[in-house]
Amino acid sequence: MAWNIISALVENKPGVLFRVSNMFRARNFNIESLSVGPTEQSDLSRITVTVDSDEHVTEQMVKQLRKLIDVVDVTRLQVSDTVYRELALIKLKAVDPSSRMEIINLANVFRGKIVDVSKSTIMVEITGTPDKIDAFKSLVEHYGVIQLARTGVSALPRGVLYE
Amino acid sequence: MVEMSGSQALIHALEKEGTTIVFGMPGGANLPMYDELTRSNIRHVLVRHEQSAAHMADGYGRIKRKPGVCFATSGPGATNLVTGIGTAYMDSAPMVAITGQVPRAMIGRDAFQECDIIGICTGITKYCFQPRSAAEIPEIVKKGFYLAESGRPGPVLIDIPKDVQQEVSDVTFPELIRIRGYSPHVDPDIDQVARAVELLLKAERPMIMAGGGVHISCAFHELQALAELLMIPVVTTFKGKGAFPENHPLALGPIGMHGHAEANKLIIESDVLLAIGARFSDRSVGKFDEFGQAMKIIHIDIDPAEIGKNKQVDVPVVGDVRASLRALVKMLTKRVAKKGGDCPWLKHINEVRESMKSVYKDHPREITAKKSLKKLRELLPSEAIVTTEVGQCQMWTSLFFDIIQPGTFFSSTGLGTMGFGFPASIGAKAAKPEVPVVDIAGDGSFNMTENSLAVTVNDNLPVIVFLMNNQSLGMVAQWQRLFYNRRYIGIDLKGGPDFVKIAEAYSAQGIRAQSMDELDKAIRTALKSDVATVIDIPIDPEEDVFPFVAPGTGLKDMITAA
Repeated sequence: MAWNIISALVENKPGVLFRVSNMFRARNFNIESLSVGPTEQSDLSRITVTVDSDEHVTEQMVKQLRKLIDVVDVTRLQVSDTVYRELALIKLKAVDPSSRMEIINLANVFRGKIVDVSKSTIMVEITGTPDKIDAFKSLVEHYGVIQLARTGVSALPRGVLYE
Repeated sequence: MVEMSGSQALIHALEKEGTTIVFGMPGGANLPMYDELTRSNIRHVLVRHEQSAAHMADGYGRIKRKPGVCFATSGPGATNLVTGIGTAYMDSAPMVAITGQVPRAMIGRDAFQECDIIGICTGITKYCFQPRSAAEIPEIVKKGFYLAESGRPGPVLIDIPKDVQQEVSDVTFPELIRIRGYSPHVDPDIDQVARAVELLLKAERPMIMAGGGVHISCAFHELQALAELLMIPVVTTFKGKGAFPENHPLALGPIGMHGHAEANKLIIESDVLLAIGARFSDRSVGKFDEFGQAMKIIHIDIDPAEIGKNKQVDVPVVGDVRASLRALVKMLTKRVAKKGGDCPWLKHINEVRESMKSVYKDHPREITAKKSLKKLRELLPSEAIVTTEVGQCQMWTSLFFDIIQPGTFFSSTGLGTMGFGFPASIGAKAAKPEVPVVDIAGDGSFNMTENSLAVTVNDNLPVIVFLMNNQSLGMVAQWQRLFYNRRYIGIDLKGGPDFVKIAEAYSAQGIRAQSMDELDKAIRTALKSDVATVIDIPIDPEEDVFPFVAPGTGLKDMITAA
């Protein structure tokens, strides 16, 4: 099993995300994260899927994705040659001033941002690789995670020439 | 640009695609398109259940090698099509299914006879369309037909809201369409073909496994040329049955769960297997991990996703089967002269074939499935089209009914849909009225769609139903006999009906054949008849299908008797 990033350019129209996710479900493939959004071309969206799977299953995922009519192009991104990022919003319990300060300091170390503060909570926005987000989360978990939202990975290959 | 309604645009677009016949049933949400049919030369065949409409379109499409078209209304009309669409999808049959949908403003409001048919069918179609304006219809129909018949064929659904059918708009009929996410690989990569050639030339015990792809790309001639050039024996998958003449000296017949004993034994002895348009289904190769461990595999398929899906292979050739076989034969012809038939492998093949003859036991009754099918073969011209229902009748056909002329056999091999054969045979008859069409049936399956007898009479599509009647769900009973210690449940069909009377009730012909003499006469009568004939042949409920590779086991573990 290995961690893989699959990047698919798809038609930007209703129903496409359903077709893609439905294929993964029907073929019994496990998605770790999935993100979707617009690209430099207004009529195309990019779906980035991360999976933890062995080589031949990953190859099958790519082929089955390519087979979908709405999928225009599929690339397996080499992790070492790829910039990949995820964004997380973490709302933590922070009633007393000392824990509040500690969380702010930790967020600074991780180059996170404090985006919301209330009397009893503090929300951190953090961007990075999924590992970095996991590391931050495990550091602050003991304060009490009230809510957590992660976007899933977005990724682009390094360099200038692509597709 | 012309002004017309969505329905007019639809029917006109169908005519432009060469559609001459539509199988279907009208209802509230597709009345506008039906109304437009009254002004068209397209022939409409009224079915008695939409499932049969889909199977008829499927049978028509498989014989014509272009999409069969079926119509259904929204809601239950559409859901009734689903089994037929799924059947076509699993067998890569070209089909365009057109459903009515509730008006745009009602979609998502759980309106009367509304259902999300696109959500239901996404996993069992090549693509689903829902035009949101009349102007989109011509392009969608053109794309739908192109998708359904090109590359690896399959069903396409077009779901048209009723108000889109009625909307009047300026429409244009495009000559060219472009689908940027779709470009079927037709021509094989020559380097891969060269690697395949090297493997085949080095092989000591080569074997060809021909699948449904040979039928779809009509590569019968090329397959035979290749087999005869290198003197390679040919097994088929069940879907590939009849891709190669089964009376040919190199033919070993279908492999798999109810494959021929010699085919199952010999395929696993081969050192190089050339799989052509086959998908290594569990029913064909048994246990995936066990199959083909010791052999090199060359896999030709037009669908890249089939390569490595069920079986890792040594040389993949992605391309149309016919184009790929032509490339192979061309390259091989430069390298070798035609081989003789005296090599040790062929000698061994013939020895195994002889030794396996004793495996096929005769059932003691005077009239049996095996004997009936041999009789049918004897009397049926080789150009006749044969299809089957699903269950024992299908597997007896696999074993005991040889297809002589390639391309004259098809069956629901992937989804295994009971009730498929009869309506599909009617579709095939519509596609090729000049040849006899026979559905080899069992009573359980025929019972499911027998109301299509009305269609055979009213629409003058006389087919023959060769009904081997064991008054039970025979294949289920056989499994209960073998794997559940004869604890029978849910298999008894002794309540009937009387199929001779059923046929007569529809003004078709029913004949009961209780001896081989009667069967002989019945087949001759049916072949001369201008109405559909049901030949009801009572057989022993305990006549089993052997050999048998039990589910989840390997081909070497074939069971040859109870």
